[in-house]
Amino acid sequence: MRRDHALEILKPLVDEQIVVAVYQTLFDWMVIHPRDLNYVATGAMGQASSHALGLALANPQREVLVFDGDGSLLMNLGSLVSIANAAPANLHHFVFVNGVYEVNGAHPTPGAGKLDFVGLARAAGYVDALEFTDIDLFEAGVADFLARPGPTLAVMHIEAGEPYPRDYAYIHSAAARESFRRALAAD
Amino acid sequence: MTTKADQPADLQYPSGSEIIAAIKAAGVKFVVSVPDIVTSDGLLWPLSSDPELKLVRVCKEDEGVSICGAMSYNNTRALLLMQQTGLMDSLNAIRAIGVDYQLPICMMVGLQGKEPELKPEDSASYGVRIIEPILRAMDIPSRLIETPSDIAYIRNDIEQAYRSSTTFCFLIGRSPTP
Repeated sequence: MRRDHALEILKPLVDEQIVVAVYQTLFDWMVIHPRDLNYVATGAMGQASSHALGLALANPQREVLVFDGDGSLLMNLGSLVSIANAAPANLHHFVFVNGVYEVNGAHPTPGAGKLDFVGLARAAGYVDALEFTDIDLFEAGVADFLARPGPTLAVMHIEAGEPYPRDYAYIHSAAARESFRRALAAD
Repeated sequence: MTTKADQPADLQYPSGSEIIAAIKAAGVKFVVSVPDIVTSDGLLWPLSSDPELKLVRVCKEDEGVSICGAMSYNNTRALLLMQQTGLMDSLNAIRAIGVDYQLPICMMVGLQGKEPELKPEDSASYGVRIIEPILRAMDIPSRLIETPSDIAYIRNDIEQAYRSSTTFCFLIGRSPTP
């Protein structure tokens, strides 16, 4: 499935939730669904899931969605165990799997095509984990996935879509962080 | 490893219960930690059963940097408790999230291998000697906590870090007493 098509399906389901996204998925999402509750400042590669855990624990009344990448999550696999141990019911973890470090030259990730993120999440102690290989099945199942108590993980087998611009200056800007801070305080 | 029994009798050690009281007085609600032998008995074990603090156990210290940074967006105060080895392992996350993003990452770092009677810069341990210079190079303010009187600064240092949205590091130079 194309990543941007999957994000278009997610768009109407995302309103008050915090979305923590990384790299090309983030750049796509910023165009498809620009909003102040997009948490764009993860700073260091691999850290999205840990930011999401902090947000989920500090904002238990709000759902937190992570749009992670396979290369990113591989840098922070221990976070699966930390998240499962903390057990935030409001955290839903999507892993967009394309088997490459897309913004770093498209080199293959270790274990590409063999690694089982669903198995890793289940073994770590996530409440539930599943995978979507087909856009129609994703469209049919994603609302149910989001309705389940977390922490849950969905693996998305994706390919690139439109070449959305990589706006690094914005995601690292003080303005982006302040927009998120204000949106969080708006309740 | 040297033990307290090996040290001069007149050395004073900080009280873990007083450190925990200072942390709570500063409004800290979450402690994020990878265990550290310097602070294990005096801090981590007692606070792990403290009903006023929530302990988040993580597998690796850079997770804690992100967790504390993310929590700060709604002013939820947190402390990252770890060993200097974890600090070293987390430098890129601290650089990005704490320094570049100007978020209040408050860290409490046990100096494993530091001789209680020596300053960190005089330690025979290379891994201890380099910590303060590295923090200075990163423009991260720090405070050495190793006597009972040092504890009086903890509350204000944490409050100031959150007021100014800057990262701060406490260095625990002697094992706190339980």
